[in-house]
Amino acid sequence: MSEMPALTKLTRFSGCGAKLGPGVLEKALCGLSQPAYPDLLVSFEGCEDAGLYRVGPGLALVQTVDFFPPIVDDPFLFGRIAAANALSDVYAMGGRPATALALVCFPASSLGLESLRAMMEGGLDALIEAGCALLGGHSIEEAEPKLGYAVTGFVDPERAWRNNSLQSGLVLILTKPIGTGLVNMAVRANCASEEAVKASQTSMARLNKKAAELLSSFDVRACTDVTGFGLAGHAAEMAAGKSCGLRLFAREIPLLPGAAEYSAMGFVPEGTWRNKEGRLRALPRASDIPPQLLDLLFDPQTSGGLLAAVPALAAQEALGALREAGVDARIVGESGGPPGEVDIVL
Amino acid sequence: MIESRKIVDARGLACPEPVVLTKKAVEEGGFDILEVRVGSESARENVLRYAGYAGLEAALARVEGPEAIIEIRAAPSEPDPRQAH
Repeated sequence: MSEMPALTKLTRFSGCGAKLGPGVLEKALCGLSQPAYPDLLVSFEGCEDAGLYRVGPGLALVQTVDFFPPIVDDPFLFGRIAAANALSDVYAMGGRPATALALVCFPASSLGLESLRAMMEGGLDALIEAGCALLGGHSIEEAEPKLGYAVTGFVDPERAWRNNSLQSGLVLILTKPIGTGLVNMAVRANCASEEAVKASQTSMARLNKKAAELLSSFDVRACTDVTGFGLAGHAAEMAAGKSCGLRLFAREIPLLPGAAEYSAMGFVPEGTWRNKEGRLRALPRASDIPPQLLDLLFDPQTSGGLLAAVPALAAQEALGALREAGVDARIVGESGGPPGEVDIVL
Repeated sequence: MIESRKIVDARGLACPEPVVLTKKAVEEGGFDILEVRVGSESARENVLRYAGYAGLEAALARVEGPEAIIEIRAAPSEPDPRQAH
């Protein structure tokens, strides 16, 4: 049998970097409407991480779907990252994942079936860790491999974490470093350090389960997960509520090793430009922000961390609990400023 | 004096390929001006970014819609700044 092509060589984009830009999506979805179903609590009209649908008193379904092309060459690891990323939207709503369906695009003619098998094993590994049952899925023969999951979870709708419910006096905690998009580009260019690759892969493969469970004892007032639109892009969705905006402390934002250097070297994913196009307007005085910092802030993250807003008084205790449990969490900002604005404090 | 010119045509290539090809051409040397043709804004900015990182003088010679031509001037016979430390 001839040597099989590396997974990431089969695709133009990788991971969440393949996502359509926020500007394009807004234009395409603007004005779409459907009947006001009485049990429909959250749908695509907001910018939430997942939809909410009431199924009984104090109980709602949290539903989300996420799939993407390979971001790593190891099929098992790719499966694990794809599942961790899909599950994350449920955690970001404060929900508990229950069931999953796989979405698979696979070039059976050019990649061996053992590769598909390893992808599914990796995905299942993450789903089992989450206590989430795989019910089935659907597969398509396609030249560019893709994998992801539609995940359904449960949450008490009164306690669900929304992303635009910021109010003053909150502190923002980020539970994973940023920079997976930049590291991935450097990998594709054969310029990434071993340290950067290892840190990025470990971070992407980690579930947001523990972070979400620990945060749930600290009165989370707003939460989202940081994925394709980048930290600043998702922060902009958080700042889009009525009450106030937010500030990010640039110096406190944890970066993957190598990410800053790869930005300086010109390994900026195309998704970063799409993200800036759609969301740069949320940043006041954007022209004062060094371009390389902007690239980090808008770097599309694959299986990124949670960005959670907790009351200032609880922040240190929450941070301590997260760090003690091995979560690489940091305080990266606070609520405040005019609604809609993401102020970058240099 | 006629300046020797080398051309890298990276139009139609997704990032990071334009930077990879530019880096390779810079490392091979043998030019006074390296002309890099790119087909997207992200490729343009990334190639300019790389030139700055490598300590080379670069300028946009032409921009037409998403396409652009970047001219990178070979380093004067000083050592590569990256190798200084």
